[in-house]
Order: sequence, then structure tokens, then C-alpha cells
Amino acid sequence: MGALSFVCAALLCLILGFLLYESWSLVADGRWLSFFSQTGWYPLEGLFGMTPMIFASLVLTFGSLVIALPVGLACAIFLEFYAKGWVKKSFQSLLNLLAGIPSVVLGLWGLTELVPLIGQIKAPGTSVLAGAVVLSLMILPTLALTSYAALTSVDRSILAGAQALGLTQKTQILAIAVPAARSGIMSGVLLASARALGETMVVLMVAGNVVQMPSSLFAPVRALTANIALEMAYALGGHRASLYVSGLLLTIIVWILAYLASYLFNKGRTVSHD
Amino acid sequence: MIDRAFSLGIYAIIALVIATFGWIIGDVIIKGISVVSWEFLISEPEDAGRAGGIAPILVSTLYVLIIALVIALPLGISAAIWLAEFSQNQSHTLHVGIILDVLAGVPSIVYGLFGNAFFCIYLGLGYSLLSGGLTLACMILPVFIRTCESGIRSVQSDWRLGGLALGMRRSVVIWKILLPAAQPAIIAGLILSIGRATAETAALLFTSGYVDRMPESIFDSARVLAVHIYDLTMNVTGGDETAYGSALILIVLIILLNTLAQGFIDSWFKRSGHYR
Repeated sequence: MGALSFVCAALLCLILGFLLYESWSLVADGRWLSFFSQTGWYPLEGLFGMTPMIFASLVLTFGSLVIALPVGLACAIFLEFYAKGWVKKSFQSLLNLLAGIPSVVLGLWGLTELVPLIGQIKAPGTSVLAGAVVLSLMILPTLALTSYAALTSVDRSILAGAQALGLTQKTQILAIAVPAARSGIMSGVLLASARALGETMVVLMVAGNVVQMPSSLFAPVRALTANIALEMAYALGGHRASLYVSGLLLTIIVWILAYLASYLFNKGRTVSHD
Repeated sequence: MIDRAFSLGIYAIIALVIATFGWIIGDVIIKGISVVSWEFLISEPEDAGRAGGIAPILVSTLYVLIIALVIALPLGISAAIWLAEFSQNQSHTLHVGIILDVLAGVPSIVYGLFGNAFFCIYLGLGYSLLSGGLTLACMILPVFIRTCESGIRSVQSDWRLGGLALGMRRSVVIWKILLPAAQPAIIAGLILSIGRATAETAALLFTSGYVDRMPESIFDSARVLAVHIYDLTMNVTGGDETAYGSALILIVLIILLNTLAQGFIDSWFKRSGHYR
């Protein structure tokens, strides 16, 4: 049976090993450093400037959080303080259903419904804005459900005290409950941003795929993940290696976010148990 | 007054969420249902998918899913049992747990990169249903093991001790007491895995490939439903209608598989004759 844990460890080593093996030709001679200094992405001519795509990924993730965090918090507050009985149950299952919609279907909806709407304001429609909105729909359930769990675990006596002081419900929620639940909420935010950063299909379908710095909300951009999906099919040599390097880079960022999330989650638990 | 405005704001946002959700689901159902018919399910795609059906694509989807589950389920459940019951070394268990969490955080497109390098090229399987299924198995294993492990761990220790005190062998305690008691967690893990594996697109783009013919064996390259939707939307002008039809089928398929999984595990545990 002990061999099974070996299988898990071996899988991790295999994944890391093969990512490194494939990207080695660029990592070994230090050429990967030029990813951050070169300005253009012309892989066939040996120019691997990835900065625009890294920025695009970060801006898309940040944008989706800006939209999804207030909405997710509102959903959590609704579930904890407003909804009762069947309303609460059905809203929860609605969020679970939303979480179950495949991302490729969200992308299809975004491209055929949302993008034309944005295109009416400013062409072509496939843009940072479209990407951020559809991504925010994807991470909304995660944010809402983790924030709800964090709000539920807030010590009841704090809330009772706030009520006894005669604070209005708004103050009770925004000034007492939400700050008390902040580490749980933050860990949800980090998990959600890790998902948004690693998501491929949504950004590939609605963000436009033009390699450029995100200059405005309506500019089409290409995220790192979308770049891998687009070019993997025909990439060879150094070009292929550069895609593996970007995969490695992405994985490391996602791991750091996930680590911070679990750290905050554990910290939140010990605090609420004190 | 401010309280009133705050409540109104919350309700407005909830209404917005429900409306958006209704928009997405309504869109898929209304546009999908006009395309879906029995013909659509049993015929081959024509004209790059603009017309015709999705029969070969459905078959490939099931192939990939079955390969992934056949590998991930036994491996996952036994790893979970080992982690929760047999591992004596606390720090060892902790390390394996961390490795699993790290693996669960790897983005799916990176699993695709790995699958392409390892299964397709290094093992020489090429773009094939087998490569795709194996890649998916790697992707769903970590979360599945974690869910099952926490289910087994949360079974009261009285039950274990009671079983052992009755003179049951360890293996009997596991099969007849622990696994049935952990059944809800195993079902949850399975449903999560099926949902992720069926909906996965990025990891399969360059492991199982694009070919839309009927696969003859698991070594053939073939296209799964999610990849089909992507391809119709992005690369085929005028493919939106059939894309919506396929999206509706994909969602129905996931719901159907989840119900099946639940029923299957329920009846399996009933047959093995345990008491709750």
C-alpha cells in the first residue's frame, strides 16, 4: 500500500521533471531571462518577449476579482443574514449549478452573447472587459461559498454583542461580521485568483488573443494560458520550449497563491477557535 | 434608512446573479434544443461540424472518461485508505497530503503540456484517446484522493474499534464498515471528478486531438465534446448553432453521469450488505 504514496510523489516529480526537461534548452543557457526583457513575441525569429502576456493574465485575473468579490460577498451576506429555509437552499444549489457549468460553455456564451454587446460600445468586443466578466462568473461560486463558510464560522457572541449595542444591521454586517471573517474570505480570494489565472478556455475564447499590453478595458489581449493553447499545436524547438517555460511559470504562481490561501485558512481557523 | 438601502443593494445583486445565470442557462437550452434531436445524436458531423451530428464525438468523450475513471478510481480509493488508515508515520502522511494539494493546484493546461510530453511523445502513444484519458486521470486523482481520505478519516473511531473488537479482520473492517460509512464522501469525490473530466478542454487539446471521425480503438486520435464546442465556436464560421446543441448535450451528459454514479455506488454498497 505504501507504494501508492510513492505513485503520488512520482506523479509530481514526473510532471515537474517533464516541464523542466522540455524547457531545458531555454533555461540552461539563460535565454529565458529574455522573456522579461524582449518586447516582441515573434517565436519563429527567436524573440520571446512574454511581458505583455504575463500582464494580460494578471490584469484579467485582477479584473475578474474586482467584479466577483463584491458580488460574491453580497451572495455570502445574503445566504448568512437574509435568506431562510427554501430560499437559502435553492440559492445555494443555484451557486453549485453555476460552478458546474463547463468553462467552455461559459466561453461560448460569452463569445456569442456578451462580446457583441461590448462590441456595440467599442469594436471588436473581444477584450479585457469580456474576459474579466466571464472569468468573474466562473469564480463567483468559489468566492461566494468560501465567504459564506467564513461568515458562518464567525463567533456568535460577537454578533450578539453587536446586536445588543443597537448597531444597525448594515453596521453589524460590514463593520463586525465581515472583518471577523476576513482571513477566510481572503483565502477564498486567493483560491479564486489561482483558478482565474490557470483558466484557459474562457480567456482563449473571449479575450481576443492579440499579443499586446492591456492598454484599455476594450483592448483585445492574449493571456499566457491562451498562448499555450494556441501555439502548442505547431510549436517546435525553442518555441515549444518557451511554451513549457510559460507553463512552469504559471504553475509556480498558482502554487504560491494556493499556499497563501491555505496559510490564511489555517490562521483564520485558529483565531476563531481561541 | 441606510439599513434599507443596504438590504436593497444586496437584493439587487442577488437578482443580478440569478438573472445572469438564467440568461446563460436559458441561452443554452433555447438555442440548443432547436438543434438537438435523435438524428443529431446518432449521425456523423458534416461540413466541419456545421451540419450533421455528434455521434463519434459522444463515443470519444465516453472513451476518454472511462479510461480516466478506470485508472483513477481504484488507485484513488486505495491511496485514500492507505493515507487514512495504514500510514503510521504522521509526517509521511502530511508530506503526501501536501504533494496532493500541490498537484490539485496545477492548472489544467499544464497537465496538457505534461501529457503531451510524457504520454504522447515519451511513451509514444501519440495523439490518442489513451493519452487523453491518462492525462485526465492524473488531473482528477489528487482531488479524488483528498475527498475520499477526508471521508474515511471522519468515520468515528468507535466504529473501527467496535469492528476490531468483534474479531473482524482489518480488511473486513475497511470493506464492510469504513468504506460504506465514507460513501457520501466517495460519491462527492466521484461526482467532482466526473464533472471536471467531462468538461475539460485545455488538457485534451494536444493529448487526444481534434480528429472528428469515429474512433476505432483507444490508440486513435479523437475529439471530445468540450473540444468540439471550442472548435465550432472559434474555428468554424457558422458553427454556433451546433455548438449550442453540443453544449446542451454536454450539460445533460454531466447531470446524467452524476446521477448514474450516485445510483451505481448506492446499489454497490447495498449489495455488499452493510447497515447504516
